[in-house]
Amino acid sequence: MAVTTEQLAEEMYQMVKETMGKKNLKAGDLTKAMIAKYGEGELTKDDCKHAIRILMDSGRCVYSYFGGSFITLPHKEGSAPE
Amino acid sequence: MADEKVQTKLLDELEKGPWPSFVTEIKKARKVSPVCDDLLGQLELSYEEKVGHWKHGGIVGVMGYGGGVIGRYSDVPDKFPNVAHFHTMRVNQPSGWFYTSNALRTLCDIWDRHGSGLTNMHGSTGDIVFLGTKTDELEPCFKELTEAGFDLGGSGSCMRTPSACVGKARCEWACYDTMKMCNDITHEYQDELHRPPFPYKFKFKFSGCPNDCVASIARADLSVIGTWKDDIQQNDAEVAAYAAKGLDIQEDVCGRCPTRCMKWDGKKLTINNRECVRCMHCINAMPKALAPGKERGATLLIGAKAPIVQGALLSSVLVPFVPADELMDTIKELISRVWDFWDEYGKNRERVGELIQRVGMGNFLDAIGLDPVPEMITAPRDNPYIYFKDEA
Ligand code: HEM
Ligand code: HEM
Ligand code: SF4
Ligand code: SF4
Repeated sequence: MAVTTEQLAEEMYQMVKETMGKKNLKAGDLTKAMIAKYGEGELTKDDCKHAIRILMDSGRCVYSYFGGSFITLPHKEGSAPE
Repeated sequence: MADEKVQTKLLDELEKGPWPSFVTEIKKARKVSPVCDDLLGQLELSYEEKVGHWKHGGIVGVMGYGGGVIGRYSDVPDKFPNVAHFHTMRVNQPSGWFYTSNALRTLCDIWDRHGSGLTNMHGSTGDIVFLGTKTDELEPCFKELTEAGFDLGGSGSCMRTPSACVGKARCEWACYDTMKMCNDITHEYQDELHRPPFPYKFKFKFSGCPNDCVASIARADLSVIGTWKDDIQQNDAEVAAYAAKGLDIQEDVCGRCPTRCMKWDGKKLTINNRECVRCMHCINAMPKALAPGKERGATLLIGAKAPIVQGALLSSVLVPFVPADELMDTIKELISRVWDFWDEYGKNRERVGELIQRVGMGNFLDAIGLDPVPEMITAPRDNPYIYFKDEA
């Protein structure tokens, strides 16, 4: 593997941060982007899965539901009452 | 709303008639749960105005999980403050829905402490459904659930909580151990269950025979339906006993066999098993006389769904027969290829059945490396939708 899982998580985090508010990313989108960047032989789907898990378990990212499930930064719930 | 009971003129209509009524049940729970009046009040308002007053929450959940909690907020929280937050928690049910009374008490006590106390046993997903709690209660409730040996089920774009018929626990027709299979698949794919990796939801349902008691053919992206390969087991003495007791075997058994492959000469029942499509009709009609064969296994079918984004689909045959002892390995191998294909080509919110319709069954089979077989038809005597390359 060309990068460590932590590095991978960091890159995914940056992607989520940059696209936040413009485009919602799914787990599959992050995985595809990373594999495209590092090449199929260098990175597996499982590596990406572990990186996503790091993001979730640390609370840096959360799963959000907008019809389907997306990965976003933690944010205030839009529909929650004040 | 504190003391006075809400007026529920329209909802009261739902208490009439001989059927169980959720309105009656929620009213009963008023004594113990403060949310009931507001819940009924908000629903009555919806009935009056003919609009829903629930908003969907997007991010509530427990740490690390992307499923299991469905966020709900009232859009009229000033009127009904007790249901301002009303999140649902899905709790993964035990295979076949068997509980000790102690387990049920444990679940109810947890929910009395952390939620409305209202449950739905079970939701159509199969899960134990805990109805109505506040965001702050989610983590403490989850903690107590896991300490008691329970876990959340699936929601969102993940593998949903698998479900199974009671199978071998109670039913002699089970052609494989549905409860074990359901349990094993649940454990095998914990990651896919809790951390949504897919374009949309994916459901497994396991039925032990073609009676399909969990309706997997209509509801599961992967339907696993028990069947047999050899002849129907037949006990002639019992057949005669049914006839003696007045069962019209000609009319009600042979006459309703979809392939007309049974003959009754008044004394002896003959089945042309080659033509039998394993519909279970004759076995259901004469359970003491007939039974599924001894060479048992399951048919794997793919692509069913209820109408949400697009219309409903029934699943269609993927593998006509897998022997019971090879089932787990076959499913695991096949599903990884199906998920890879769906990950690669599925559009957002596209179920696997819809993807197959879009790209064509032939291309799908090609991609997952399965050969077309004559059983892959929409109905007997219908056109196969497989096109062989040489003829194209
Ligand atoms: C002298 C002229 C023809 C003779 C003697 C003839 C004879 C037959 C016979 C014996 C069958 C088999 C029936 C069965 O057992 O199912 C058949 C089927 C068929 N014929 Fe002809 N046929 C003739 C002309 C045609 C023509 C001109 C066409 C089309 C333009 C045609 C189209 C078909 C089709 C589509 C089938 C059905 C095949 C199937 O069910 O698989 N036939 N014909
Ligand atoms: C655009 C033109 C045509 C189309 C789309 C068409 C379509 C079909 C279809 C879908 C079937 C049913 C196959 C099955 O379910 O078993 C069929 C059967 C048949 N067609 Fe055609 N057909 C066409 C023209 C013709 C013509 C011109 C003839 C005869 C001159 C013909 C004769 C037959 C026969 C004999 C059968 C067999 C019925 C059977 O097997 O029971 N067809 N056709
Ligand atoms: S699906 Fe078949 S095996 Fe399962 S409970 Fe129903 S009748 Fe029995
Ligand atoms: S199982 Fe169905 S198709 Fe088979 S013999 Fe019985 S009634 Fe006929």
